Amino acid sequence: MSASTLIALALAIPAGAILLIAAAERIANLREAITLVAALALFAMVAMLTPQVLAGGHPEMTLLSVLPGLTFGFRVEPLGMLFALIASFLWIVNSVYSIGYMRANKEPRQTVFYCCFAAALASTVGIAFSANLFTLFIFYELLTLTTYPLVTHHGDREAQSAGRVYMLMLLGTSIVLLLPAIMVTFAFTGTLEFTAGGILAGGHMPAALVGVLLALFAFGIGKAAIMPFHRWLPAAMVAPTPVSALLHAVAVVKAGVFCVVKVVVYIFGVDFLAGNGGGDWLVWIAGFTVLTASVIALRQDNLKRLLAYSTISQLSYVVLAVAILTPLSAAGAALHILAHAFGKITLFFAAGAIYTAAHKTEVSQLDGIGRAMPWTMVAFAIGAASMIGIPPTAGFMSKWFILGAAMDAQSWVAIAVIIASTALNAAYFVPIVYAAFFRPLAAPEHGHHQHGEAPWPIVVALTITAAGTVLLFFFPDVGLGLARQMVGGA
Amino acid sequence: MSSLHLPALLVVVPLLSAPLCALLPGRLSWFVAVVVSLATLAITWAVHDRVLAEGVISYMIGNWPSPLGIEYRIDEANAFVLLLVAGVGAVVALWGRESVAAEVGRRQERWYWTMYLLALAGLLGVTITGDAFNVFVFLEISSLASYVLIGFGRDRRALTAAYQYLIMGTIGATFFVIGVGLLYTMTGTLNMADLAARLPLVEETRPVHAAFAFLVVGISLKLALFPLHLWLPNAYAYAPSVTTAFLSATATKVAVYMFLRFFLSIFGGAELFELLALPDILLVLSLAAIFAASTVAIFQSDVKRMLAYSSVAQIGYITLGIGIGTRLALTGGIVHLFNHAVMKGALFLLLGGIAYRIGNVTLDRLAGLGRRMPVTTAGIVIAGLSLVGTPGTVGFVSKWYLAQGALERGWWWLVALIVVGSLLPVVYLGRVIEAAYFRPAPADSALHEATPQMLVTAWILVVACVWFGLDTSLTVDVASRAAEALWRGQ
Repeated sequence: MSASTLIALALAIPAGAILLIAAAERIANLREAITLVAALALFAMVAMLTPQVLAGGHPEMTLLSVLPGLTFGFRVEPLGMLFALIASFLWIVNSVYSIGYMRANKEPRQTVFYCCFAAALASTVGIAFSANLFTLFIFYELLTLTTYPLVTHHGDREAQSAGRVYMLMLLGTSIVLLLPAIMVTFAFTGTLEFTAGGILAGGHMPAALVGVLLALFAFGIGKAAIMPFHRWLPAAMVAPTPVSALLHAVAVVKAGVFCVVKVVVYIFGVDFLAGNGGGDWLVWIAGFTVLTASVIALRQDNLKRLLAYSTISQLSYVVLAVAILTPLSAAGAALHILAHAFGKITLFFAAGAIYTAAHKTEVSQLDGIGRAMPWTMVAFAIGAASMIGIPPTAGFMSKWFILGAAMDAQSWVAIAVIIASTALNAAYFVPIVYAAFFRPLAAPEHGHHQHGEAPWPIVVALTITAAGTVLLFFFPDVGLGLARQMVGGA
Repeated sequence: MSSLHLPALLVVVPLLSAPLCALLPGRLSWFVAVVVSLATLAITWAVHDRVLAEGVISYMIGNWPSPLGIEYRIDEANAFVLLLVAGVGAVVALWGRESVAAEVGRRQERWYWTMYLLALAGLLGVTITGDAFNVFVFLEISSLASYVLIGFGRDRRALTAAYQYLIMGTIGATFFVIGVGLLYTMTGTLNMADLAARLPLVEETRPVHAAFAFLVVGISLKLALFPLHLWLPNAYAYAPSVTTAFLSATATKVAVYMFLRFFLSIFGGAELFELLALPDILLVLSLAAIFAASTVAIFQSDVKRMLAYSSVAQIGYITLGIGIGTRLALTGGIVHLFNHAVMKGALFLLLGGIAYRIGNVTLDRLAGLGRRMPVTTAGIVIAGLSLVGTPGTVGFVSKWYLAQGALERGWWWLVALIVVGSLLPVVYLGRVIEAAYFRPAPADSALHEATPQMLVTAWILVVACVWFGLDTSLTVDVASRAAEALWRGQ
């Protein structure tokens, strides 16, 4: 199959799955089989594109020219390849998990749930493969719109007000800040194509404006959850756990930092921005977000909220890494997208397993739970280790890269932030793991009998991602290869 | 029949078939109205094609040469508006069979369609003619017919709304004819091209200044420029659904065309437009319209009224394009003229489908509609996204051009205001979406989808919202040629 066919299929498979899932509404088994097959097929398409990109190719497909200078098209470069690989692989695992979770918790409106999930994945692939800012922006907005019904899935008052925060913050930042940023970029350069070395380099715009434009981009991409535009992420935790796991730990938030990295590397250009100096403040803002979010996480008792604040903090790691503005740091940012995805989805899977089996949502209820649910809690421990950055987990590898890049660039702020946040991460994750395994089991509450592990699809899913977190430490080749391609060969 | 007489047929066909409608029984009268509006659309299409291929068409009524007789003069600008009016007219007529029968009553049906054809003929006449006094004649035909079309509303307040519109519309038309009269005394001609040529010779005279002022106020009343919009919300809210959809998509748009024709083409050479600071006034009033009317829309509980206020705001975007005063911005304004007609037409038709089932469309009564009328509500979501200006829809294209025009002038603040202004629709449409999808439907209602005929025709416009957002070759090209044609006067 030619590369452009593969790109078209990668978009068409999840989009087509929406219709098939809707058609199979009455037959639950068939509906879920379609989701699984679509996920496998999507991953196959994405995986078949990988060798070409690793070899330095940039398969592309231009569909149509919307306005003079604005085209709707796709071009696969290493970072987008990596992002698409992560999202499509984890969709498979997450679908297995969803089947277990949604059935065990007897969630309502499951067809809508699976339809929106497929739509969100189609948008994610669209973001990953976008050839220019215009196409990226379309899919960016689509991702917000398709995940909104998932956030408000329960339809109660709480979900509705969370949905409002979600919509207004994501749509608001994108329209008020990101869209003008795109317009200004176009007005100065006359193009929006992602180009190696950046399109703003070469004196298109007054040097003083570069910092302002970067601010419009960094805050306008609300999905990256840089403070003060982070509130939508904890709000989104009212969604069913599979949504929090794949979308609000991987696809949506990673789309955010992915866009930030894309903009810095392919619109501004790392060298141009470093020479201009207009982006120096980004290290400070990202560092502030890393530390503040960790401190807030420390004070959370609700497990999913704690994980959400941890995500905010980890996302800003990626922004921090790219803000150091060296090729090595950009590679570290790409690797951290990969590492955090596997670690955090494991943690959410575990949180959902605990809710399903034990109906517990608070950290303070987890005493001794490791004895009842050993698989789940071991996976949780591995995920936590990856968040802290303890070997042998993927989190160690990416942190090592970022720290090395910060040392090279002598960015003392970044180094201090990384060290301090490692301590903070440990401070909120270690007590949970300790309590789960070494505290005595709390007496079962009235009306609850003893429980064991969650249903098997849930356990299988979280085992796979936990294993992946460890395996990525030992076999980082594909991730490293793509990261190197991005900064070297692109 | 020679194709040379097409411009005359365009007006004569609907004008003469209107009395025919009045003589036929109700069901047949609708059929005639549809056939006539489709025929009109076909004629407009042919005329439009000829203008694009061969340039300006000049047609002398009764073969009387131009300063004595009436000239029909069609360039790229009014060919575009003609196409819009005839296109929307055809779709709305196709849609309206059941709705008119239900809202107006079988006995009055034939009178409704008679007035409808008269209004259509009047609007087409205003657009096509090259004679300033002839504009007044057709304006009165269309206005008188519209007062009746509004008065047909089921709600008794429709009568007061129609009366209000009658008073305001008559003031507008009187001001207009006073302005034209003054111009005639100073130049001795009513032909637009002659006026444009002779006006520079007398531009420094008091009567011409007075004429200018009368024309500005008169036409602004007709196009509902803030704060002369007070007739509009009631008229749109209480009129029958077909009337609202038709007038919102055509009548104000034709008035905008009159504005452009008079102040860019006719007064263009005289420089009064700049001299009397009209662009600045327009800029301020447009921004006031965008913010004030959208804010009022947020607090409406009658959805038709909400969208009526939204129309006032959207007209603000069109006049903003004129106020900015660069070629790109004017293109944006003209393309928004088309785009707004498409999306508001779609929204009002879909609302009409709801009104057909439940009567008055208030927020409370929309509860649970997302499940009862899924196709209709999905259409509202898509057209609503276009109103917000989501990329991939027509709303985005207009805003893009307006913002590029503002950047051409270096007005960053205006770009900021444009994008902030597009956030307000998120709020008021959010209220509609929340009511439709989150509130449970009343248990006893046996509500179901609108009729297939309504759905298909309304969805033609919904699809157009997306189609012309992605493939802009028709709209933007024609709009930029129209902008060119209007500047040619200078």
